[in-house]
Amino acid sequence: MNLASHSIVSLRRMLLAGETTPREIVESVATAISGRNEEIGGYLSSDFEKALVDAEASDLSLPLGGIPIALKDNINAQDHPCSCASRFLEGSYLSPYDATVSNRLKQAGAVLYGRTNLDEFAMGSSTENSALQQTRNPHDHSRIPGGSSGGSAAVVAADMAVAALGSDTGGSIRQPASHCGVVGLKPSYGRVSRYGLVAFASSLDQIGPLTRTVEDAALLLQSIAGGDEKDSTCLDTEVPDYTKGLEQGIAGMKVGVPREFFDNEGLDPGVRSRVEEALAKLEAEGAELVEVSLPSTAFAVATYYILAPAEASSNLSRYDGVRYGNRIDGGDGVIAMYRNSRAQGFGPEVKRRIILGTYVLSSGYSGKYYLRAQKARTLIQQEYQSAFEEVDVLMGPVTPSPARKIGECADAPLQDYLADIYTISANLAGICGLSVPCGSVEREGHHLPVGLQILGPHLAEARVLRAGRAWEAIRDAE
Amino acid sequence: MSEREDGAPEIDVNYVAGLARLHLTQEETGQFQKQLGDILAFVDTLSSLEVEGVDPTAHPAPVLDVLREDEASEGLSREQFLRNAPDRAMDQIRVPKVVDS
Repeated sequence: MNLASHSIVSLRRMLLAGETTPREIVESVATAISGRNEEIGGYLSSDFEKALVDAEASDLSLPLGGIPIALKDNINAQDHPCSCASRFLEGSYLSPYDATVSNRLKQAGAVLYGRTNLDEFAMGSSTENSALQQTRNPHDHSRIPGGSSGGSAAVVAADMAVAALGSDTGGSIRQPASHCGVVGLKPSYGRVSRYGLVAFASSLDQIGPLTRTVEDAALLLQSIAGGDEKDSTCLDTEVPDYTKGLEQGIAGMKVGVPREFFDNEGLDPGVRSRVEEALAKLEAEGAELVEVSLPSTAFAVATYYILAPAEASSNLSRYDGVRYGNRIDGGDGVIAMYRNSRAQGFGPEVKRRIILGTYVLSSGYSGKYYLRAQKARTLIQQEYQSAFEEVDVLMGPVTPSPARKIGECADAPLQDYLADIYTISANLAGICGLSVPCGSVEREGHHLPVGLQILGPHLAEARVLRAGRAWEAIRDAE
Repeated sequence: MSEREDGAPEIDVNYVAGLARLHLTQEETGQFQKQLGDILAFVDTLSSLEVEGVDPTAHPAPVLDVLREDEASEGLSREQFLRNAPDRAMDQIRVPKVVDS
């Protein structure tokens, strides 16, 4: 029996009933990894011996006691690698400290086991930008798992992990969750500490769970949420009990349906049907559907691809080959060393974004690009605020189409950027968003998962999880 | 700066890469020149958005003046810190020549 195919809730029940042990669970994950990682490529590394030691020491009385959790390889955990899927850090960097989320998972009894693949420094939405390996979609190996948390989504979907953490800057948890058929939650900006998450775009990044069920996502969020004096952007607001109201259902909830999410000629008819069917079933269970308008949706992708590269170009200046990472000495002083280390350490997408970000921040252009994008961001945020005065949550697709083929956008990065249209504005507005599987579409005999996206106001994770659980219950009853 | 046929500004990729301390190969320069030109032409769609009188947003949930108690605490040990350094000597990080003599 593969214990890695169970939910956290199911394993906790088994552990407390004495039907399994933390050791057995870790062994089961290890068996799944050795059996499937070569074909799926979801893990960059995993230390079985270390996990076994931690499993033996785990305290079952804690909320996540004995549960192994995989981490995206851009989240520091002491003495684990943290390569960010980059040549710059590969093979030479071991984290000297715990990210706050790593520390909190340990405090909750979890065993940190396995480092998952990503687009280099989380820049991308296919995991093809990993400098280290290709991750494949478990539902069709010729397709991308999505990204940038593609490894985390794929290992959960392929029953090689019980649950994982990812990070979401423009959809990097929700989109791979949708493509791989798992649950993915991007918490609100400020809900979860980013201390120890390798910074990509600091005004957008959030850490969140990728899990098999909505309840598992609630459990993981419970353990990682809350104020942190090591991250001044992390809010010291009370953390509610996320599992408490999960079963309250959808009846009476006002669900906004953004017109602009459906008036998009790029929206795949199959994806549209799955999402509309889900909405109709939720309506039959008592949800009140209300059409809303978010006219600035059309500008969200352009806004994001100014702000995110701008912040990235600044954040990635720390990779200079001085304190850590792989240094390539040019033999001609420190500037040549910087230039060579960065040239050989970074892949093409990271270079493109650094150049783009440097450009939009440069003298004479920052007003035209950066400042204008920050103003567009205000408009996008205001539109969401007005929408949430009318409705409790918003629902729509996560992506315009199911997972594409590997290599399809190799020379056209812009084409891939445009597919981020439904996920990006949640990061710009700082609100929370959940992706829950809602059926599939067929391509060449493969059933490719489709995700239902549920967006909620800032800090309304409990509401979004409740709506997600309501949908999950309807779906599973069929 | 010169403009492309579609009116978007032409980015000098090599110059900007230099500012970012990135050495590019000739092949990369040519490839990025085209790709970044396309991306800039696309993000330029923002110029049609009316933003007169709108305040810019830097952070979606701004919290200001966050302070913690000024208490000394244990940081990383010297060994923990230096463990990842590419080159070290006498418990310090060694770098190539910084100033010309």
